[in-house]
Amino acid sequence: MKQMIKVIAAAALTIAAPLASGAQTGKMGINDPQRAAVYDALKGKKVVFVPVALGFDLSDGWYAGMKSQLEPLGISVDVRDPNWSADAGARAIASLIAEKPDVIVAHNPDVQTYAKLLRKAEKRGIHVVQINMKSAYATDAFIGADYVDIGRRAAQAVVERCGAGTSGKVAIVQGVVTAAASAYQLRGISDVLSKHPEIKIVSNQAADWDATKARAITETTLQQNPDLCGIIGFWDGMDVGTGAAVKQAGKADSVFVVTSGGGGKAGCDNLRQGVFDLDISYDVPGQARDLSNAIESILQSGFKPGAYKYTLYTPLQMLTRDNLEKYRTFGACWTVDDLKSR
Amino acid sequence: MKSGHDRQNGTRAPSPARRLRLTQEGIIVTITVVMFGAFAVFLPGFLSVGNLLTLLRSVSVLGILSVGMGVVVISRGIDLSMVATLAMGTAVAVVLAQPNPWFPQGLPFWQGALLGLLFVLIVTSATGLIIAYADLPAVFATLAMGYVIYGLGRSLFLSGEANYLPDDAGWVVYLGRGLFHGIPVSILCFIAVLVITEIILRKTAFGLFVYAMGDNPVAARSAGVPVRPITVVIYVFAGLVAYFAGLLTAGAVNNINTRIFNSTLIYDVLMVVVVGGIGLSGGKGSMKNVVLGTLLIGTLLNGMIIMNVSYIQQNLIKGVILLAAILADTIFNPRDEQTSQQGDI
Repeated sequence: MKQMIKVIAAAALTIAAPLASGAQTGKMGINDPQRAAVYDALKGKKVVFVPVALGFDLSDGWYAGMKSQLEPLGISVDVRDPNWSADAGARAIASLIAEKPDVIVAHNPDVQTYAKLLRKAEKRGIHVVQINMKSAYATDAFIGADYVDIGRRAAQAVVERCGAGTSGKVAIVQGVVTAAASAYQLRGISDVLSKHPEIKIVSNQAADWDATKARAITETTLQQNPDLCGIIGFWDGMDVGTGAAVKQAGKADSVFVVTSGGGGKAGCDNLRQGVFDLDISYDVPGQARDLSNAIESILQSGFKPGAYKYTLYTPLQMLTRDNLEKYRTFGACWTVDDLKSR
Repeated sequence: MKSGHDRQNGTRAPSPARRLRLTQEGIIVTITVVMFGAFAVFLPGFLSVGNLLTLLRSVSVLGILSVGMGVVVISRGIDLSMVATLAMGTAVAVVLAQPNPWFPQGLPFWQGALLGLLFVLIVTSATGLIIAYADLPAVFATLAMGYVIYGLGRSLFLSGEANYLPDDAGWVVYLGRGLFHGIPVSILCFIAVLVITEIILRKTAFGLFVYAMGDNPVAARSAGVPVRPITVVIYVFAGLVAYFAGLLTAGAVNNINTRIFNSTLIYDVLMVVVVGGIGLSGGKGSMKNVVLGTLLIGTLLNGMIIMNVSYIQQNLIKGVILLAAILADTIFNPRDEQTSQQGDI
């Protein structure tokens, strides 16, 4: 018996030894035949991001997400920060057209300003991907929220809440009126509200994405309409002010505050504190992934810029205080540091 | 040397308008009263106590900034960096009170607030020194300093624009949105800043010097007024007022967003000062004019929101009023040929 075990052990060793040394030199399994071509197509490519500004959760999130996904592939990701100036943004894109990176990622301050420049960039052979706020001109890819849908969902939520037995009075706090996020959302809202004559819009004002202005407007609206039933705000970063005014008036329970945003930590905190009742999230970590994937596929495709145009609308998450824990597992309540270390 | 009040009533030859007893102040009072009356009659709910308090609350930060700007303009200067100071001083205070590279635990908020104050003192002294000793025109020096202050704050201290207040900043929240016997504390803060500044302007040597410098800087210097040091003090004063307004802003919406620097707030402040009747040529006006300007703008904004006037039309109306006020300023406060050469904007 002992003899037999020795023989088997010796046999096992003779078979295993060459296998083990084979594993060391990488000859196990088979190689992925496309692998090298993919990395070659991506290596050394240059992506430049032109947000409306850095320094707030959305743009910092996209930038961090792109860097963490694309840089390990050998793609450089740079940024030109126009700091909320549409002029500076247009100049940045104009100089990029001369620099000729492989991909420009544009975040449009409004639907017009960059339209001609983006067309020109495509003509010069630069791929253009647009993120979350659209230009009137469609480029290779648009990644972002369907703002018409957000408007519809927000209006629907308010209709359900402010039907019979309430005043039916609703206020709207817009951002910058010419931005895609404002203009398209307003259309979505009016699509729904036009079918609901019981809902009355008592105030429809623009607060320029500014929390202080949103607060002043909401305060006055609440004074004028103490029986206000709902408020639709256009961005959670601004509606901190809207919600603060509602809370201070002691109407957090009676006024339903809907807003939308990137689903970051600040939005979640405000839901938890009752500043908002519903935050329609366009899931920035998901968008960053979509954006990076779009860039990867465009760079591999070999198509000429503008040859094919596609749109990837972000699946929306309807965040409320009660479902935060569930959505947290799907990337909600993120921080920029999370995205950097992803 | 006369006090500002005497000077305002004029020792010069009366202009044609003055003979008609039509001062700019009179016009503004009339416009405000007429507008207020019309809103009270035609807009239901305008005259309620709640709405009037909302009206005042919504312009209290604007009013406080205008007090600072008013003093600078009376001394024949202008401070376009006030909003940068407001945003950055407060943001520095907030950021240092949270976990940060220098203080991994985050400071208690009152210590952060003191360091924010220190930041404001340093940058506004620099502004004052540049204007007083390098003799740069205030309009360019403060325009540039605004960018310097914003850039310094953003690159040294801040990672993002929106900076949320820490939990132990309760007193700031109280300033921004607390109530004292039913009256918003921010309104009381505005009144306090107004009264203190008016007393300083009327009762102290500093106040006298401010008017003297605004009226005629060369004569003031010949008369022994320490023009340069006083200039520095004036810009530091404006910075401190802006920092206070920043704390109120942060308290009101629970965070300070440095993007306020890119907003048109500084022009609104100038509008209050000019519409209120503090002439840009200096030496004229008092805190009464700041009150007038603030009330006019507050009534206008409140009424336009209640009437749901569109955004573009609101800007148009504001623009037309600013233009009319500057026009009235040049008609009723004609430039003095002899003194309008220096420090003019």
